[in-house]
Amino acid sequence: MMTNWLSGWHKILKLWETTRIMKKYTNTGSKDTRSGFGAGMTELGQKNENVVALCADLIGSLKFDDFKKNHPERFFQIGIAEANMIGIAAGLTIGGKIPFTGTFANFSTGRVYDQIRQSVAYSDKNVKICASHAGLTLGEDGATHQILEDIGLMKMLPGMTVINTCDYNQTKAATIALAEHHGPAYLRFGRPVVPNFTPADEPFVIGKAILLNEGTDVTIIATGHLVWEALLAAEALEAKGISAEVINIHTIKPLDEAAILKSVAKTGCVVTAEEHNILGGLGESVARVLALNHPKPQEFVAVQDSFGESGTPEQLMDKYKLNHQAIEAAVEKVMKRK
Amino acid sequence: MSNTQHLQDFTTQVRRDILRMVHAVNSGHPGGSLGCAEFFTVLYQHQMKRNPSFTMDGIGEDLFFLSNGHISPVFYSVLARSGYFPVSELATFRKLNSRLQGHPTTHEGLPGVRMASGSLGQGLSVAIGAALAKKLNGDAHLVYSLHGDGELQEGQNWEAIMYASAKKVDNIIATIDYNGQQIDGATEDVLSLGNLKAKFEAFDWDVLEITEGNNIEAIIAGMAEAKNRTGKGKPVCVLLHTVMGHGVDFMMHTHAWHGKAPNDDQLAIGLAQNTETLGDY
Repeated sequence: MMTNWLSGWHKILKLWETTRIMKKYTNTGSKDTRSGFGAGMTELGQKNENVVALCADLIGSLKFDDFKKNHPERFFQIGIAEANMIGIAAGLTIGGKIPFTGTFANFSTGRVYDQIRQSVAYSDKNVKICASHAGLTLGEDGATHQILEDIGLMKMLPGMTVINTCDYNQTKAATIALAEHHGPAYLRFGRPVVPNFTPADEPFVIGKAILLNEGTDVTIIATGHLVWEALLAAEALEAKGISAEVINIHTIKPLDEAAILKSVAKTGCVVTAEEHNILGGLGESVARVLALNHPKPQEFVAVQDSFGESGTPEQLMDKYKLNHQAIEAAVEKVMKRK
Repeated sequence: MSNTQHLQDFTTQVRRDILRMVHAVNSGHPGGSLGCAEFFTVLYQHQMKRNPSFTMDGIGEDLFFLSNGHISPVFYSVLARSGYFPVSELATFRKLNSRLQGHPTTHEGLPGVRMASGSLGQGLSVAIGAALAKKLNGDAHLVYSLHGDGELQEGQNWEAIMYASAKKVDNIIATIDYNGQQIDGATEDVLSLGNLKAKFEAFDWDVLEITEGNNIEAIIAGMAEAKNRTGKGKPVCVLLHTVMGHGVDFMMHTHAWHGKAPNDDQLAIGLAQNTETLGDY
């Protein structure tokens, strides 16, 4: 009984957190980021005839339905054969096509790492590897499907652009922007319905950080689903008299080093937040930039070198400490180290 | 003089290039390269419709993809002698700052190469993608690819083989260098391919065999027939029976020279068996 009551209260609290109007950012209606990808593909299909799409038996999950319906000649159902999909995508670039491959993040990266390495990255092919269901928020399917290493795998490949978007609008904009960008790229997004808060008309500039909230005491650098959590944390911290600057890094590679250094020079400490292993993720990229230029205390909100497990997205983000409470705790810790 | 003498001369010079290239750096893969010298010569000097200048997109011409990238010496020699880059550049093979990397790559911008290969089993998927692009572009030219027989042990090939027939990719001719050898020994002993023709046919490919894969006229006839079979709803597979190390007597019929360079004396013997025709680089 007590548990049910707590669970119900937790849901109400969560609903409030995801629907309330923040001072600067409003959730205009929660949606899944993968639907932003699908909407981006629909638009690209209409405006760029060289864009082609490939899918490994996950059309519905990747929201490819519209593209497939409207452009059947430019849609390739590969079947459950991800290695072949990456190779075919690489080949399609020879002849001027711009292939977007779509499957879950685990099958987009770890399963086909050598195919990406040789046929896409080393061969400098204009393939866009688009990965849904990234991270813990895949939820109940468990660790076989919840890759937490993909950012690291992809950012280590020379020449690979790595993008992790935070909401529907940003994912749609990033998808469209990638068609104009020449070179191999990895676009990471997710399954759960999350707040949609970035402006629909905000231009997506690959490699350019977005300053979401100005502050003076600490810099919170977040990517993907943790960006909204960072904004929630900043509001809560403000109530405690802590002025947090919030930066959205959607492009992990190439990293907007200038934006990071400028902010940390002002605040003197940083918290990074990501739905990824602490090893190999955004946090390590930020740490490298600071170590080389301007060493300052840093705390990491990330998965502590473990696999995930089954559960609801909310339960998992809570258990693995990937939420605004974890960011607030990290801020308090890092500020003591200044 | 037969009307294929010029192709024979070309092949002989390619064999000299292969031996000299691997000898110079004491590394590389002469066995498979020598065995495919006739095939590459026929492909580039007779079979393929090629544009005079190289573009990555290769619109309006036939394309070739080498999946078993370790036989780069024969690829480089034939590309150079087909005009893609200076023949003198063959002297840089496997050396620092060269465009002629140990395994072929686009990374250094070597004309004639459209895809890195070396990690095995990836070329057929890429060739299929290029063939699909040709169909989208309304380009009636063909896509050729070459694969080692041992390479077919890599599972990605079978994903690609299944895809090509199911989706009727009929503008592709995939040739298997069927020499029966791989690094550790005979393919029959390492991991038997079983009845390869039956396997491809079971995957609904149109398969033809060139039993004399080191005979230029047999290759010309076989590849002409392969081309005739394209455009009929099925991908085409050529089982090219070659002899690893062909043209250098002590290198033939063994896996021993798969990835081993000849010493000075062995080079002299090999070159004596292939006298200079078009001029050494």
